[in-house]
Amino acid sequence: MSNNKTKASGSFLDKMNNLTDTNLLLTITIVIFFLMYIGAMIFQGGGFLKPQQFFNLLNTNAALIVLACGLSLVMITGGIDISVGGVTALVSMCCAVYLDNMGGNVFVSVLVALAIGLAFGAFQGFLVAYLDIQPFIVTLAGMFFARGMTTIVNTKPFNVANEAFVALKNARVIIPGMGSVNRKGDYIDAYVEIGVIVAILVVIVMFCLLRWTKLGRSFYAVGGNRQSALMLGINVKRTRFLSHLICGLLAGIGGYVYFLHVGSGSPSHAMGAEMDAIASSIIGGTMLTGGVGNIAGTLLGVLSLGTILQIVSAAGLGEAWWVGITRAAMLCLFLIVQSVVMARKKK
Amino acid sequence: MQKKEVKKTDENILTRMVRNQMFIPLLALAALALFNLIAGPEFFAITLGTNSAGNPVLSGYPITILDSGSELAILAIGMTLVTAASGGQDISVGAAVAIAGSVLLRMLCGGNSRPEELAMPIIVAFLISCIVAMLFGAFNGVLVAYFKIQPMIATLILYTAGRSIAAWINNNELPVITDPGLSYFGGFIPGVPIPTPFFIAVICVVAIFLVLKFTNLGLYTQAVGINENSSKLNGLNPQLIKIISFVILGLCVAVVGLIKVSRIQTINYSVIAKDIEMDAILAVALGGNALSGGKFNMAASIFGAYVIQFLTQTLYRFKVSADALPAYKAVVVIVLVVISAPTVKEWFGKMSRKFKVKEVA
Repeated sequence: MSNNKTKASGSFLDKMNNLTDTNLLLTITIVIFFLMYIGAMIFQGGGFLKPQQFFNLLNTNAALIVLACGLSLVMITGGIDISVGGVTALVSMCCAVYLDNMGGNVFVSVLVALAIGLAFGAFQGFLVAYLDIQPFIVTLAGMFFARGMTTIVNTKPFNVANEAFVALKNARVIIPGMGSVNRKGDYIDAYVEIGVIVAILVVIVMFCLLRWTKLGRSFYAVGGNRQSALMLGINVKRTRFLSHLICGLLAGIGGYVYFLHVGSGSPSHAMGAEMDAIASSIIGGTMLTGGVGNIAGTLLGVLSLGTILQIVSAAGLGEAWWVGITRAAMLCLFLIVQSVVMARKKK
Repeated sequence: MQKKEVKKTDENILTRMVRNQMFIPLLALAALALFNLIAGPEFFAITLGTNSAGNPVLSGYPITILDSGSELAILAIGMTLVTAASGGQDISVGAAVAIAGSVLLRMLCGGNSRPEELAMPIIVAFLISCIVAMLFGAFNGVLVAYFKIQPMIATLILYTAGRSIAAWINNNELPVITDPGLSYFGGFIPGVPIPTPFFIAVICVVAIFLVLKFTNLGLYTQAVGINENSSKLNGLNPQLIKIISFVILGLCVAVVGLIKVSRIQTINYSVIAKDIEMDAILAVALGGNALSGGKFNMAASIFGAYVIQFLTQTLYRFKVSADALPAYKAVVVIVLVVISAPTVKEWFGKMSRKFKVKEVA
């Protein structure tokens, strides 16, 4: 993870004279994230000084990282997908029902999750790319469909008791050397959950895909200017289709990671996750207009959002509405920053 | 040669009928009505009874459709204008209704959550909630018009924050108003057996048609939606037009907030007007208006709203739970957008031409 960061800032230093849109927005994000985290360390101290606080940030946001990667990809290609939250809920509900009521095994449940994600991605991608329907409308319908289907599958929330699954859910990856000593003087290891490993793998794969492959670059080309991408001989329709397909797949993976974290199925799971994922991507410097974005930025965006929410709740503003309002305020701020930055660039 | 001409006029009648924007909603209405008739005509039964206050009221599915559909129709007015001007939709209307309702209650009870009497007349409280809702509309409008953010993303901000703000306004309390005066707006006026929301919708519809007839709002909105740059060159102010459309939607939202709060005399922040944005967008789409902006047909949108409510009631009739409703509506949305997609239309056109060629041959 830290590897990604240094790489991104390294390339930023190289291109100091010639700041690209991606790097300018990414720089803003990096600066804000570190200012925020250091600020929290100084002013709130306590938990923020322990490395485990940071790992907890990863633990709670692993699913969001995966979802946000998918959204960044779609947004870079010039589309949007707001069905990911609904798909997450549907995936966790289906897997929960399958594992508990049908006594299925864990491996197949992963396949179920991937299949649901791929099905959504393929269908939405087809409508968006080949029938040229507005992505927002298509995925809005997808979101409502997924939410409705979740309640049709099962109306009541319940916890999964499947032994193999619970073992996997409770599995911890210990990070050596990062533990801390608690009040009693015992040494407690720092840990991350399995989901975090998956999320980091996704980030690495997506980062490489977008940066060094032909397909990855064609996503940028299509998002930047569809007409000229077509002139360059890029199959625009197929590229757009693939972006939605991959986003759907990631929604399936993210859904399973979410399921692994909470260990239950419920129609109210991942409410507003699509919004968080979009906000993270935007905070991470992905432009809504397409063609600009960076997966490393997306990762930082998720962490920034998570940090803000942690700060809000640590500051004693525990009432539920503060979280919603803070989130929205942050999204609003970054949208306006983006818009202003772009307007200046054009001049 | 002669044959060709005959074919042309034939096509003209057919295409004129199909091209009429009322065609799709009317077709949908006919299909739904037929479906319900086959499933059992008791669906259309209307009975005259008395409510708990002893007033005569009409009840039955058709009345429910008129009642709840009116909320949707009012929102559809604003949504049509926003869609036409900005080429996007406002997805924050549900959250904005929660805010408007919350402000209304806050004003009526003045800090006391179980007021004996109202802190101010309902009309004053309603006007204040109108102003607040219009301000939120203007906020969305400014983001869209001046910061050039896609409408759906810009309104996503309020969509997330709206219900939190609504809860915040009333300190997360749930004030209950016992004054019967408030219940008239969402229920029945004593002595009138038709639900009041229908009359409110009629007033709104008449108002918007007068506005469209006697001002240039409709023309300007369409001009901005079709081509923003050329409308600017022609001396219009696209930014202002867009903001106006969002402010009008804000006004519609405040009216719906009044009806919603009046129905239950209190508020539930997380449930009030839930998923109503979907229905409102659906109404606009069903009315045959392009979701990418430009030309619009107000009457078709309003009619579409009632058809959507018809669909909802049909689903309720078949014991579909309220939570599962979105899944069915999503299917309808997909079918609608697929039918109206240019690529599909082209394909249909080709097919019918081929078919005709074969017929002639």
